[in-house]
Amino acid sequence: MAQHQVNYASAAGLPIALTTADHLINWGRSNSLWPLTYGLACCAIEMMAAGGSRYDFDRFGTIFRASPRQSDVMILAGTLSKKHSEFARRLYDQMTEPKWVISMGSCANTGGMFNTYATVQGVDRIIPVDIYLPGCAPRPETLQYALMMLQTKIRRESANMNKNKKQNLRLI
Amino acid sequence: MQQPNKLSPFFENLNFEREDNTMVINFGPQHPSAHGQLRLVLELDGEQVVNAYPDIGYLHRGVEKMAENMTYNEFLPTTDRLDYIASTSNNYGYALAVEKLLGIEAPRRAQVIRTMLLEINRIISHLFFIATHALDIGAMSVFLYAFREREFAMDLMEDYCGARLTHSAVRIGGVPLDIPSDWMKNVRAFCDKLDEEIEITYEALLTENRIWKMRLEDVGIVPPEEALSWGCTGPMLRGSGIPYDIRKEEPYELYPELDFDIPVSDTNDSYGRYRIYIEEMKQSTRILRQLIPMYDDTEPQLMAHAPQYISAPKEEIMTQNYALMQHFVLVTQGMRPPKGEVYVATESPKGELGFYIKSEGEPYAYRLKIRAPSFYHTGYLQKMLLGGYIPDVVTMISTTNIVFGEVDR
Repeated sequence: MAQHQVNYASAAGLPIALTTADHLINWGRSNSLWPLTYGLACCAIEMMAAGGSRYDFDRFGTIFRASPRQSDVMILAGTLSKKHSEFARRLYDQMTEPKWVISMGSCANTGGMFNTYATVQGVDRIIPVDIYLPGCAPRPETLQYALMMLQTKIRRESANMNKNKKQNLRLI
Repeated sequence: MQQPNKLSPFFENLNFEREDNTMVINFGPQHPSAHGQLRLVLELDGEQVVNAYPDIGYLHRGVEKMAENMTYNEFLPTTDRLDYIASTSNNYGYALAVEKLLGIEAPRRAQVIRTMLLEINRIISHLFFIATHALDIGAMSVFLYAFREREFAMDLMEDYCGARLTHSAVRIGGVPLDIPSDWMKNVRAFCDKLDEEIEITYEALLTENRIWKMRLEDVGIVPPEEALSWGCTGPMLRGSGIPYDIRKEEPYELYPELDFDIPVSDTNDSYGRYRIYIEEMKQSTRILRQLIPMYDDTEPQLMAHAPQYISAPKEEIMTQNYALMQHFVLVTQGMRPPKGEVYVATESPKGELGFYIKSEGEPYAYRLKIRAPSFYHTGYLQKMLLGGYIPDVVTMISTTNIVFGEVDR
């Protein structure tokens, strides 16, 4: 029993930390971002590599989920075709609030090299995007950095999602 | 009910309520085991699949159409994004087709480097197959192990060309770079490491594993005559007992000089195909080991000498007026191959990857058709899945090793 006793007077003070509700909630949110496994094309392979043994996404509390209902962040990895765009929107709508979107790779950002009749020229035409991640394909380190940027962003915003409601996009 | 809008309302055009006792379920396009963007509509009787309709086109990017508006060298990086798991095999297939059209041949050193890159890419692709196949069946740890070895192979590619995934490591007429200083040593170390890991990790974990055998044996049967008539190639064909490998049948690059075997399985099922993938990785390390000493006997020339089509080396461009002029024309206008058409097939990790090019003598291809192995294997799913059970559907999709960049193009 005695070995577990902590002398608060000499150690780090009383076991009380003063903070705001925003801080506390965002601390939880930003450290357990569960992304949706939404691999569309080449970037999905780098997303898998990021989840694999060398880059090990689990360290960030990032565990890939297969269902949009269990995930907080959608990593849109790859080319979004017009045929697929309706599914992308539907999956985004199925995610519960609060939710964030990382657009991974040039194709998802702007259509990239595929400026053709079949490709959506940027996923921000379909869903609101929080982080744009450049590269073709971005390295796993880049995806990790994007996730850290997203964490910083989440820690900055209000925990009350109504306050920072995203602009509702109209489908064209 | 979904409101129709301008973004194609046709994704609920199937009648899901049926009069008979079958149930129709939708699989994909966002499914963790769909290997990209495969959408399957399955008609089920209980748990058994009665009908399966693969719906493709979710990754259609118009690659073949793009080729008609790009010069031959411009199009090369686009071929990276076809079979993005083994990019160099696409680069190479395309470069070889254009070289046949031009009537040129890469110098010996470029051939050695290209063959090495092709085999490293085969290993990368096969390790990826083992990883995802095991993950689909539920063996998560094999995914982590296979990705560990795959990262070493990716490091080799990165040392050579600077890119991890989309390599563009081959040029029309040769290769852009000589190998970096310690590369051969690293390749040798990688071969030793991979052979050891196949022995002590993958084979030990999977080959005699009771669950693995129960999930794979007699699942995804491809009878030899059907494999032929549906256009299956690569391990899908060799898994049905037909010893057909383009590296042996129509040898290209240095394969006629190399000593390697073609693994064939007579079991026709997923387990036999898995054994083929393991054995092919061993053969690839065997090929790599033979190529290392071949490099030393070569001249340092890396690009074919064909001033009409290919720029001279950088030193000549900087010192000789005529080389500079030709370089300028080739960069601004692009090379103009002779009129004609060509079809060249190579053995990509997944099967026969063919490029058909029709040239009208312009700097742009008149038509470019890509014969991708995965496309035919996806088509065969509508036959293969019949009679299988729901849990086996995932096994059968992953055993075909399809990649959607290649299927939809």
